[in-house]
Amino acid sequence: MKLFRMLGRSIRDAFKSVIRNFSLSLASISCITITLIIVALAVIASFNVQNFTQEIEKDMTIVVFLQNDATEEEAEEIGKQIKALENVSSYTFETKQEVKEKMQQESDVFNAVLENFDEEESPLKDTFQVKVKEIEGIKGTAKKIEKMEKVAVVRYGEGMVDKMVSAFTSIEKVTYGIVFALILVTIFLIVNTIKLTISARRKEIGIMRLVGASNFTIKTPFIIEGMVLGVFGSIVPILISTFGYIAFYDHFNGYLYSELIKLVRPEPFIYHVSLIVLVVGIIVGMIGSAGAVRKYLKV
Amino acid sequence: MDLIRLKNVEKRYKNGVTAIYDLNLSIEKGSFVFVVGGSGSGKSTLIKMLYREEKPTQGQVIVGGLDVAKLKNKKVYKLRRKLGIVFQDYRLLPKLTVYENVAFALECLGEKKNDIRMKVLKALEDVGLKNKIHSYPDQLSGGEQQRVAIARAIVNDPKLLLCDEPTGNLDPVKSMEIMQVLEDINKNRGTTIIMATHDKEIVNKMKKQVITLKDGHLVTNKKKGRYEDEAI
Repeated sequence: MKLFRMLGRSIRDAFKSVIRNFSLSLASISCITITLIIVALAVIASFNVQNFTQEIEKDMTIVVFLQNDATEEEAEEIGKQIKALENVSSYTFETKQEVKEKMQQESDVFNAVLENFDEEESPLKDTFQVKVKEIEGIKGTAKKIEKMEKVAVVRYGEGMVDKMVSAFTSIEKVTYGIVFALILVTIFLIVNTIKLTISARRKEIGIMRLVGASNFTIKTPFIIEGMVLGVFGSIVPILISTFGYIAFYDHFNGYLYSELIKLVRPEPFIYHVSLIVLVVGIIVGMIGSAGAVRKYLKV
Repeated sequence: MDLIRLKNVEKRYKNGVTAIYDLNLSIEKGSFVFVVGGSGSGKSTLIKMLYREEKPTQGQVIVGGLDVAKLKNKKVYKLRRKLGIVFQDYRLLPKLTVYENVAFALECLGEKKNDIRMKVLKALEDVGLKNKIHSYPDQLSGGEQQRVAIARAIVNDPKLLLCDEPTGNLDPVKSMEIMQVLEDINKNRGTTIIMATHDKEIVNKMKKQVITLKDGHLVTNKKKGRYEDEAI
């Protein structure tokens, strides 16, 4: 009961002081807003990237062609070896004959050309299609398969995959860097806002200490003030990211550029993003005000 | 039983000035004590050590069973809740009314609204300001402001009331009014009162225990004492 009464008072004091120091509070809130907008964009982007890399990963296969003279037993042995590899989730095997039939079905031209080859002189090869668990490890897996006996050629769309993975990781790093820098600036501004509140209320704090208020009682209003700044700062980013993302999703019908890049459905995704933004705002506000309290409130 | 006991207390400030030398002192519960001495005699330092604004550099200061020197910063509030403090400059919050100023002390301790109301009205009655509860400090005279400060100090019914030159800013008539209020508190509530002052007239009129300090040394400690000339 007592704790709730104290908390109620702290919250009331926090709102009062946000309004009293309106200009500086506004500066902090704007800074939090900008930070959180970028946080929201980063979160949306990284979730989407994760989503479609997962989609791609599901489709990503290593194609393994065996040498023409590979026997059935050898093919079976290679299958076992592939299966034993760490990063391999599954594989399918097609014999020359199966590949031939498949290709003939696919196109009339192939059909006509392949008609002239019989089993012995077929240019086609026994083929494994290997699926991997982690796209980052695809290169290593491909190399290991390449070293096996009777394996002729291994293909996994090398250039494209490598470039995509490295592009995503560097974009991610840059975004995290920007977010980190912005959070630092925001914390600095919040520290200054709270510092002003503390100095405006120095007399009050002195009297509180004299009449026997505990440190907790004295500090809590300032910490809550920081959290209130965080909450205010997260309103605009939440609105922007929610409505912005829904509009974006509708405009592109859920796909970006091609069917390959599928966007995450707005619901419930956008609620998660809003929650993350709110929590980040509150935590940043709390860290800022806790820093100010530790630095400027000698209790 | 003694409410306050000081044993071999020495206080040296960081700038090298020693304010109190080897002070031994005990003060009984329910007594009314003047601490007198000229400027720089160490009386303010003594008061400050009693509410742990300052820590003694040596020795033991025990207030109501708490060893003040060993009290951690975080635990100071435990001591402060046992005592009330009145200053020369009143230290009221200008934006709060008389009632709110007194209630503020209890709000900080998280008391219930009804309890606060009862205690605040009682305290304001004790200092004779019940008719001015809605006034702001700047609408009151100095004497009245000091009485509000006293009400705030006693609202939590402390065992000990510390006064650091409470009449320093007041004329003799108002000073005597304050002394009357303090004496009533001492009698009716049984609160121990320690008052630092250099007002000769008050000390001689009240005929209470007098502790005289000079240059940080205890000179005399007499029941029903007078303001000793050597303390000046």
